[in-house]
Amino acid sequence: MREYAAMARPFAHLSDEAVVALVARSDSEALAELYDRFGRVAYGLALRMLRDEKLAEDAVQEGFLTAWRNADRYMPERAKASTWLLTLVHRRAVDLVRREDRRRAEPLTERGEPAATESAEDDAWLRFERERVQAALRQLPDQQREALELAYYGGFTQSELAERLGQPVGTIKSRMFAGLARLRELLAEPNGETAWKPTHSTT
Amino acid sequence: MEANALHDLTPAYALDALDPEDARAYEAHLARCERCRDELAALTEAAGALALATEAPPPPPDLRARILQEAQRERPNVVPMRPRRLVPLAAAAAVAACVAVALGIWAGSLSSKLDRRDAELARQQRVAAILATPGARTISFARGTLVVAKNGEAALVVHNLEAAPHGKTYEAWISAGGTPKAAGTFDGGGVVAVPLEGSVKPGASVLVTEERSGGVDTPTQKPFLSVRS
Repeated sequence: MREYAAMARPFAHLSDEAVVALVARSDSEALAELYDRFGRVAYGLALRMLRDEKLAEDAVQEGFLTAWRNADRYMPERAKASTWLLTLVHRRAVDLVRREDRRRAEPLTERGEPAATESAEDDAWLRFERERVQAALRQLPDQQREALELAYYGGFTQSELAERLGQPVGTIKSRMFAGLARLRELLAEPNGETAWKPTHSTT
Repeated sequence: MEANALHDLTPAYALDALDPEDARAYEAHLARCERCRDELAALTEAAGALALATEAPPPPPDLRARILQEAQRERPNVVPMRPRRLVPLAAAAAVAACVAVALGIWAGSLSSKLDRRDAELARQQRVAAILATPGARTISFARGTLVVAKNGEAALVVHNLEAAPHGKTYEAWISAGGTPKAAGTFDGGGVVAVPLEGSVKPGASVLVTEERSGGVDTPTQKPFLSVRS
């Protein structure tokens, strides 16, 4: 990879969507670029869901390889490239968490996760986005937040959630819908600090 | 399941919270229901944002290499930004930049133009080539572009070239009278951008032949592509 380093990330100025377009053409350097942009957040997601480093690595690897195989099916008018990629990783992690039966019983909102690992490499954009989404989540009604977190991070299906929370499935569906719709509104709101923009994103 | 019941599965699907049976039924429904596709797109953006809310230590450093290695094993790189033989880095970088810029513009204007994308891509590649190497000449031909920098460094961009058959490769040549000189091999498939080895002097031609894997020292086939600089 020495030559690659010497080329100083030739795709650095491209949008995420353009990088995926290159991945669709079997350009492995574009895949490397995609990993450099989202590998860390993908791993953070998988580790939170699976709580096991090896399983989390598997989920990330499978997610990126699915992207490699299927990038030609990515439709930029349907989703941001980051969403598309993280959905692939999430899906793999959900499969694993269900298969390994690693779904946890305790609440998923944690304050004690290790922020000590924060380093200069921790992309400022990711930190910014993380704080923004966490802030939006805190604004959701408790029941909606609970439904979203147990489903998305916990890997529970809606029927399992209904049983677990002692509610009809219809209620769970409504909470998920209301939670996602509200989250979407909250994330779309300008919050006065949006002068910050990632150099590589078109959004 | 009735359509209404299927509509209601959208949020759970966006969160990957359906059991496999429901997920399959929903996917079948999705193919027919534009309303659900739109709603799913919106809810998936929100669900995807949840991925960004997590904090964790960085992944182990070797994970990146493992993924790339496995990707290469599954599907060898068909857009070789670097040829197998040694080539000046600047040339490789220039071509990478050409194609990268081209695709950047292309992806930005992609919506509802999928059917025209190759024509669009070719046009923008030419634009991008000029942008990327100031002073370079770009010679367009039916199936691609030849970019020649002032110092003779050159890159060949070919589009819609089928992948070379098993056991074969494509080989570029620089011909300036006399025996053509080998200028690098590539495998085709989609857009190909090859930095050429050797200098392309004004008036020289760039040829491409199909040869056995690994390439040869002198062409054994008739060129299927010939561009005069």
